[in-house]
Amino acid sequence: MASAKNHDYHILPPSPWPIIGSFTALTMAAGGIAWMHDVAWGGWVFALGLLGVLFTFYSWWADVVREANTGDHTPVVQLHHRYGMILFIASEVMFFVAWFWAYFNAALAPSDIESIGGVWPPRGVEVLDPFVYPLLNTLILLLSGTTVTWAHHALIHGDREGLKQGLWLTIILGALFSCVQIYEYSHATFGFSGNIYGATFYMATGFHGFHVFVGTIFLIVCLIRTYKGDFTPKHHFGFEAAAWYWHFVDVVWLFLFLAIYVWGSDFGAAVVPGAHG
Amino acid sequence: MANTAEFTAGHDAHDAHDHDHDHKPGFFARWFLSTNHKDIGTLYLIFAIFAGIIGGAISGVMRLELAEPGMQWLPAWVGGNIDASYHLWNSFITAHGLIMVFFMVMPAMIGGFGNWFVPIMIGAPDMAFPRMNNISFWLIIPAFLLLLGSMFVEGPAGFNGAGTGWTVYPTLSTSGHPGPAVDMAILSLHLAGASSILGAINFITTIFNMRAPGMTLHKMPLFVWSVLVTAFLLLLSLPVLAGAITMLLTDRNFGTTFFDPSGGGDPILYQHLFWFFGHPEVYIMILPGFGIISQVISTFSKKPAFGYLGMAYAMVAIGFIGFIVWAHHMYTVGLDVNTKMYFTAATMVIAVPTGIKIFSWIATMWGGSISFKTPMMWAIGFIIMFTLGGVTGVILSNAGVDTYMHDTYYVVAHFHYVLSLGAVFALFAGFYYWFGKMSGRAYNEVLGQLHFWVFFIGVNVLFFPMHYLGQDGMPRRIPDYPNAYASYNEVASIGYAIMAVGMVFFFVNVIWSLFAGKRVEGNYWGEGATTLEWTLSSPPPFHQFETLPTIK
Repeated sequence: MASAKNHDYHILPPSPWPIIGSFTALTMAAGGIAWMHDVAWGGWVFALGLLGVLFTFYSWWADVVREANTGDHTPVVQLHHRYGMILFIASEVMFFVAWFWAYFNAALAPSDIESIGGVWPPRGVEVLDPFVYPLLNTLILLLSGTTVTWAHHALIHGDREGLKQGLWLTIILGALFSCVQIYEYSHATFGFSGNIYGATFYMATGFHGFHVFVGTIFLIVCLIRTYKGDFTPKHHFGFEAAAWYWHFVDVVWLFLFLAIYVWGSDFGAAVVPGAHG
Repeated sequence: MANTAEFTAGHDAHDAHDHDHDHKPGFFARWFLSTNHKDIGTLYLIFAIFAGIIGGAISGVMRLELAEPGMQWLPAWVGGNIDASYHLWNSFITAHGLIMVFFMVMPAMIGGFGNWFVPIMIGAPDMAFPRMNNISFWLIIPAFLLLLGSMFVEGPAGFNGAGTGWTVYPTLSTSGHPGPAVDMAILSLHLAGASSILGAINFITTIFNMRAPGMTLHKMPLFVWSVLVTAFLLLLSLPVLAGAITMLLTDRNFGTTFFDPSGGGDPILYQHLFWFFGHPEVYIMILPGFGIISQVISTFSKKPAFGYLGMAYAMVAIGFIGFIVWAHHMYTVGLDVNTKMYFTAATMVIAVPTGIKIFSWIATMWGGSISFKTPMMWAIGFIIMFTLGGVTGVILSNAGVDTYMHDTYYVVAHFHYVLSLGAVFALFAGFYYWFGKMSGRAYNEVLGQLHFWVFFIGVNVLFFPMHYLGQDGMPRRIPDYPNAYASYNEVASIGYAIMAVGMVFFFVNVIWSLFAGKRVEGNYWGEGATTLEWTLSSPPPFHQFETLPTIK
């Protein structure tokens, strides 16, 4: 148009990232299928596609950060981002609904085949003691929820050092959670395949663990941006989105902890004494 | 309601096409790297037409094979192997269903018309996330390629393609299809689902956050309301499907036993998860159609929609109830009687808000100064045909009756009346209604009327006999049948041919009109067309509303 735009919305120039992201996703999918069917090149094509997808994420969000820093993110555009993030988290909640549904479907009416025995946890499954590592992880995540709030308050009050400290602590706690989770996986006596207990346990907690990993990366990006001087007390939605995501991951864990670890072990009564370290 | 809208930002409306210095990007950047809602809407419409041709051609082959008893055509294409021809049939019904749902109706309704007209109708310059809008479009291309490709790789041992039906039920889709075809279909759905979730986030944010000054929620055009409700259904139902098909993927490839009873799993779990998505999905396909029909009926009756608030909240109610009726697709899996009673009652309740819509459309026409232009013909056809499909839906909602009807052609007749004669009629209504707005040229009215009448007769001849076939017990999803079903099947196949002739009028009309149609002005429908797109030139400027309109 001849006239300059006379509103606060963000009208974007053409961008290569959507089409590149789509076709690298196709590469990843095709490679993944070949890989799962033991085709020799499958894994390599999958890796290539994954690299392309990661490159797209990086480049796309680098553009977003650049646009934020050049003032394209007016108050109304920031509001768009808030809506977008809340809705994205809502869809993530529904994704976890599927895994909880599978879990309760199996746990509330346990199959009476021999390996399950009509009971939950299934006969012969040595469940993890909920009040050792899972409880520790619960405390770690809850603590990380407070440290990310510390970081947020520091940011709002212009305390850059406090922001860095809070973020560092949150990231360390997030990494610690993942380490404990890996430790516990490697010491569990039930497997991933062949049994509905392992399937629901590992897929539900595994997808949660993946979200912790993603959330940790999101927080690391915020930390890097903090060192580069991004974020102001009034304009820091990138940070807030990471914090929201982190709280979402935290809440999902509380439900996993209560449903799978605590209730699913009959409040610890089903734990075989001395089975795990 | 938006027909009280007064357009106050004058300069966009009239002299936009006088400016040649719209800053349009070059061809490649404009169509491959787009961040413009109208261009992305156009891409979606072109894609949907293309996918519709493929999906429609597949159903043509199916009607050809079903025209008479015995296996006539399919065995010849697979070297005379009768088992392979049965599997070919299964992969055709799978492809037809998935293509029409995910790659024709949804891209056309939401991606096409939603993208084109939601921002304009609320007085916004573009979508909230213009760049994300483009990945919603581009993700369906790889998804479509994966689905089409799945037909050419191994599914069950020795045969090509996924023959699972669009529902992809295990254990047919797990141990019954060891080859990679089903994995390709699953990942196709993952990509299409991601596309739709991102699109849903975009539409909800746009509608909540970018309405022009004065455009309150209760003044939004009904089409915008319909897309808003649809977007919520997409946002909340698709992730559950993503979870379900991820479980399929791990059951197939990594040894989990979500749906495998030998490991304590449960095939019925998949059906619950699938239909928790699948039932909202059928409303996702029809709700934007409701919105289009409301705009068209109002325009050609030269009256505002009757009972505007009731119309809007009826859609909200349909969307909400749509989430709590899923197991009516599963009456024969062994649900207990109380469960079936609940799902029967809840499903029947949907007839109430749907009735509000039907009667309000009729009341909108009542006393109006009606002009029977092509879009209005499609809209009236929609009301009649959708009502018929809705009534058979109420019949099927009854768990007792459905035990007899389940998986018969009665069900096929029902869902084609609400989709092929419902959603598709709404798509054609919208296409003719907005064709001039999008292209700047008028469609040919004679060809449009011919298209409507021939198509209308064709699809009724095609689908109405299926009610009788179903009542006589003919099961769906089989390529061969006893002689007793021959006559109705022959009639149905003749109906397909009539419908196909109708589509010739459509394609001739589109191509002729795009190149030789009369140029149209901004509001070529006149006083009945009151929403904001009619205040702009046809086609609208590359970026409309650079000064936001104010709604009084």
